[in-house]
Amino acid sequence: MEARERRGRGQLKLFEVAHSRAGDKGDIVNLSLIPYEETDYDWLREKVTPEAVKNHLQDIIKGDVVRYELPNINAFNFVCYQSLLGGVTTSLAMDTHGKTLSSALLEMEIE
Amino acid sequence: MLRIGSGAGFSGDRIEPAETLVKHANLDYLVLECLAERTIALAQQRKRADDNEGYDPLLEKRMKKLLPLAVENNVRLITNMGAANPVGAAQKTLEIAKLLDIPCKIAAVTGDDVLDDIDLKSPALENNVSISDYDSIVSANAYLGADAIIPALETDANIIITGRVADPSLFLAPQMYHFNWGADEYEKLGQGLVTGHLLECSSQVSGGYFADGYRKKVENLNNIGFPFATIDSDGSSVISKVEGTGGVIDLRTVKEQLIYEIHDPKAYMTPDAIVDFTGVHLEETRKDQVKVTNGSGKERPKTLKVSVGYHAGFLGEGEISYAGSHALEKAEMAEEVLKEHLVPDITDLRVDFIGLSSVHRTSFSEVVPYEIRLRAAGYHQSKEKAKLIGEEVEALYLNGPAAGGGARKKVSESIGVLSTFIEREKVTAQVHLKEWKREKEGGEGN
Repeated sequence: MEARERRGRGQLKLFEVAHSRAGDKGDIVNLSLIPYEETDYDWLREKVTPEAVKNHLQDIIKGDVVRYELPNINAFNFVCYQSLLGGVTTSLAMDTHGKTLSSALLEMEIE
Repeated sequence: MLRIGSGAGFSGDRIEPAETLVKHANLDYLVLECLAERTIALAQQRKRADDNEGYDPLLEKRMKKLLPLAVENNVRLITNMGAANPVGAAQKTLEIAKLLDIPCKIAAVTGDDVLDDIDLKSPALENNVSISDYDSIVSANAYLGADAIIPALETDANIIITGRVADPSLFLAPQMYHFNWGADEYEKLGQGLVTGHLLECSSQVSGGYFADGYRKKVENLNNIGFPFATIDSDGSSVISKVEGTGGVIDLRTVKEQLIYEIHDPKAYMTPDAIVDFTGVHLEETRKDQVKVTNGSGKERPKTLKVSVGYHAGFLGEGEISYAGSHALEKAEMAEEVLKEHLVPDITDLRVDFIGLSSVHRTSFSEVVPYEIRLRAAGYHQSKEKAKLIGEEVEALYLNGPAAGGGARKKVSESIGVLSTFIEREKVTAQVHLKEWKREKEGGEGN
């Protein structure tokens, strides 16, 4: 069954309905969230709140999560503070830039 | 109409796609963006060791390929490959022109090095600690704007080499120069910076850092084409790539790149304008073509951002593998041993299990991998202490747990980066011209 038709019929993972790219500035990572179907924007706006993202990524994000909305392109930007073990230049993380963190966001389950 | 190509999105980018652009995209300008947050601090260290050094390590390789093509096709190159030494980079490029016997003019743009001008008492943006509390500052470079490049464009230089310039400003400068936009026409500048932001990471907008094996299928990934923009006098642009190259440009790739490395989409700070992305309109006009309109901007900030590099000690790392049904248990035993031996010296020791939890600090699915690679890492101001990490990992060979293999160790000097601000008035950009003419036409200039 198509992912969209499964809405409300149990859990699905974000990667089935949206894509994402991570960017870094110092110890801050920003994660875009872009639905494949632009009409899913309002649904995701309701489901993927900053609190839900912070909860899902609690092992990664140590600071706040701010969600910015871009209804002009039907996309979101999650800015996550204290998320890179100090930032690219002095981080002890394997992925110092946090490039892989977009995949972590997309593992989030929604209904 | 103006056409600008993106020939590199980072220091290690491929060279062939830039050659394809110069040959086949009918460009006016090719921009090569090659600096990251920390690269310039590392370059400053190289310059300190040798006055002629400190520019991008791949400059010679790139210029040998691109300079002849650019001159032949009448394409001007703009690049920040000057890093810590734009004048040295221009001199090296002049030598290449001489060697290949290609008459050309090269302009170096300086002024971003503000190590002697920053206020050391100013607080770092990241943690509010005063810069002077870091006792081993190695560099301070201000992010210059398009206004630093325009005087170089006003000369007839074929190649313009800068140090630190804000990435999208490298693309804004030729737009301002070509369309004669004023420095206070912030709405146009905002749209021009949106185009620059979309181009600055080369194939990230044309399907490279986008492809997956699931819903984002990309054709011919091994021959990915780099993007170029065709720009109108009002700043509206069409992002596309050379026909026949691999990759894809559509709403999905452009949206991903639009939001890349931004925070508040209403206020993206650049030296030239505060950009507003929230009105941007995107439209697929043809296969692999997206039209970008309605970006906007507000008055530029009164200060310039400065990246300050400092010695952050030494990073010690060690790795070792375990395999089989009890790989994870053995890796966990090894972690205990390492902590026992290292934590007195290495207070921030980090142990990752590669294949399980090394990049997300956790795992979002319940799998036990057949093999685990343990990685230990930590910092110390002393190189000898940092070395202990790799040495202790190696010592696991004979001292257990059982059947560890493939140990590797490494120590590297680390340069940290802090950010602060400087008043514009304290920063003066300058242009230095060099020219190579054939001897019968009058010899070498300087």
